[in-house]
Amino acid sequence: MNDKHDGTVAATGGASEIQQRRVQVAQRRKKIDNDASAQYIQVCDHSFFYGSAQVLFDLNMDIPERQVTALIGPSGCGKSTLLRNFNRMNDLIDGISHRGDILIDGRSIYDPYLEVISLRKRIGMVFQKSNPFPKSIYENIVYSLRVAGRNRRAELDETVERSLRAAALWDEVKDRLRETAFSLSGGQMQRLCIARAIANRPEILLMDEPCSALDPVATGKIEDLIHQLKEEYTIIIVTHNMQQAARVSDRTAFLYMGRLIEYDDTETIFTNPTEEQTEAYVSGRFG
Amino acid sequence: MGTDANRRAPEDIVCKDADSRRSTRPRGETFVWVTAMGLTVGLTMIVFLLGLVVVNGFGVFWPRSVALIEFREDRGTRFQGGTKALGVITIEQERDVRDLSLEQRASLHAADRREKQLFLGNRDAFGQAFAFFPAGDIRSVTYPDDVIRAERLEWGDALFFPVRLEMEDGSVIQADDPTFNSLLLKRVDDVAARRAQIHQIERYEIGRINLQMHQLEQEERFYSRQDELTAQQRSDRAAVARRMDQLRAQYQPLADQAARLRSKQHQDTFVYRLVTGDERSMSVGQIVHYYYPNRLTLVGRAQIFAGQLWRFLSGFPREANTEGGIFPAIFGTFVMTLMMSVAVMPFGVMAAIYLREYARQGLFVRAVRIAINNLAGVPSIVFGIFGLGFFVYFVGGGIDRMFFDRALPTPTFGTGGILWASLTLALMTVPVVIVATEEALAAVPRGVREGSLACGASKWQTIRYLVLPASAPGIMTGLVLAMARGAGEVAPLMLVGVVALAPNLPLDSVFPFIHLERKFMHLGFHIYDLGFQSPDSEAAKPMVFATTLVLILLVVVLNLVAILVRNHLRKKFTADKF
Repeated sequence: MNDKHDGTVAATGGASEIQQRRVQVAQRRKKIDNDASAQYIQVCDHSFFYGSAQVLFDLNMDIPERQVTALIGPSGCGKSTLLRNFNRMNDLIDGISHRGDILIDGRSIYDPYLEVISLRKRIGMVFQKSNPFPKSIYENIVYSLRVAGRNRRAELDETVERSLRAAALWDEVKDRLRETAFSLSGGQMQRLCIARAIANRPEILLMDEPCSALDPVATGKIEDLIHQLKEEYTIIIVTHNMQQAARVSDRTAFLYMGRLIEYDDTETIFTNPTEEQTEAYVSGRFG
Repeated sequence: MGTDANRRAPEDIVCKDADSRRSTRPRGETFVWVTAMGLTVGLTMIVFLLGLVVVNGFGVFWPRSVALIEFREDRGTRFQGGTKALGVITIEQERDVRDLSLEQRASLHAADRREKQLFLGNRDAFGQAFAFFPAGDIRSVTYPDDVIRAERLEWGDALFFPVRLEMEDGSVIQADDPTFNSLLLKRVDDVAARRAQIHQIERYEIGRINLQMHQLEQEERFYSRQDELTAQQRSDRAAVARRMDQLRAQYQPLADQAARLRSKQHQDTFVYRLVTGDERSMSVGQIVHYYYPNRLTLVGRAQIFAGQLWRFLSGFPREANTEGGIFPAIFGTFVMTLMMSVAVMPFGVMAAIYLREYARQGLFVRAVRIAINNLAGVPSIVFGIFGLGFFVYFVGGGIDRMFFDRALPTPTFGTGGILWASLTLALMTVPVVIVATEEALAAVPRGVREGSLACGASKWQTIRYLVLPASAPGIMTGLVLAMARGAGEVAPLMLVGVVALAPNLPLDSVFPFIHLERKFMHLGFHIYDLGFQSPDSEAAKPMVFATTLVLILLVVVLNLVAILVRNHLRKKFTADKF
């Protein structure tokens, strides 16, 4: 496919170039964090195209480990596209191409020797619209294990309980694990999707507006959940809700028209942003 | 519907009276009527067609009273020179008077303008099974108590008055003897049991030997054609000859047994009197079944009805298919439809998966899709010709050359058979399955696919575990459509394996049990054969209706099964609990 070809170029022909860029990135960073975890995920000069339309322009950002990073910005600013690039979900779309690179733990996700499946096994994803599979609650959770060929009953049972407990859903559904997932309420379904995303113990959890279709109570539950989950997972969350970003995230990136306008600690972004656009957006004056 | 609104006074509508209940059904929209009309026309046609088939189809088996008709002496109408006729009144209709002159027409009484059709039976005696008589010439219609209607092995049904039963031991029982009926019943049961025994021996036991002998003959013919035989071949040939002798030795006692049973069938003679007064006799072995039509109660009629229906469904055809049952045709249709489904499902589903899931959507794929849709519109006879050329001659001929060369020039697979017929129909119905499957696949939400891929599943795993189960109901819908089209198809089958009378079923107890190369009978072709190829189409007409009814019922049953499976799948895989 297209992107694979591009990946080859990036990894072989442009290897030294990338090295160079990485150095530049390091120099450009405003806050040099000595903690190695600060650069767990590195986005280096990343541009992205749907056909000939460019939607991301030379993004550079380092995402720290075991923290919540929020991507905010008005509709169409490219935050969802960026999120879906982390696990290469955009591969499904015909006619895409990219430039630059995204490194996770130092390794390019576009590495032609890296199988996209093994990449996705390390990255869980929760979607805007909850998408439980037309299977039982139990089978929904163990799906990622089953497709990885792990079918041992004890392991599956253990995974179901752990994931559901982590998603704060266990007490509500423990007596009806064999019922269809569609019997759950909207908020429960979304928590089920979170449980499913963490069943295979990924390193990173991507959340694409996970609360946009939920009522305030369910939203509160999921936000509490995010607080707990960041002990174990690196979380990147796209949200339209500024208050939510302020509540749950440690760091916040503001994107506008496909460019990264500002990326800093959440507190800084919301109280003392450097850029005028950021301030206008977080204070609700546009967007 | 809308008429309520029209009838209601306008002020009633204007005032928003809390008590008046008002329906929210759309009123006054023209297209409500237009669309409802479309439905009505369609439904009317279907109900009419089904009603016609059901009434006429079931009517065949309902035992109707037999009327004794006496003609007026002063009129010219006679039957076989006499003034009486015996038969079932089938139709009463207006006479066709167009060939009469105007004066003749004017002189006709009202009663003379009508005529009655009588089913006479006794084709052997009268030469015809039906006759029309002017209603005005009939003096009286009575229903004599002692008339018997008998189904015979040959010459169709007979209507007569019983006279006596002449037993093998010389004793004679007259019809007015109180034990006559029970005795005759017993004899008829005996011959039926013996007939089943003969059938068993001839069809299965002798049939199996015949089949083996046929194969050995082919071997022998192969050896006799060789210029020179190797030592191995010579000993093989001797073994074939030995085996042949063994089979002949097995055959002889069976044939003798069958002949003995057969002669027993003719030991008792039944004498009866026709309406003309002639006495005729036949052996009791000729009688399949008989009853007194004018003595029956409603329950008795229902019993006769069930019995005749059962014999029709389970029996083998007789007399050029116009009598007896249609079991081989039902079975052939059923087996062929199943084989077609088994063949069409994997191909159709696989093709649709590739088209929808893997192929890059572009001009080429769109062209392929259009081609598939057009394929569904190709006349079925074209598929028949293709099946004949490709499956029968090319593939079948190739198989014969490779595996059955000893039987050549007699073809084994290189001639029409149930396998080739099923594959031809599968080819014909594959577009239906592809289109339905594609629709079903497209209806699986994108979120489910993305969720699965995000879990680290490969594309095939996603299809296998989520997309296919979720689209299974839609795929079953496609199968239902394909089966409905395939089961009712006749034209292509005539080229690739259907025959009017197949000696054997495609499945039986002879190794290898399923005989894919055999020709078979099919209900659709049976209908055509009965209606248009039989010597007496008037006599075959009821059978055509009955066979049509069975074909429709078979398709309905197959579809119901598929629909039940689909509903089960739907319950299992889709979100109906929101």
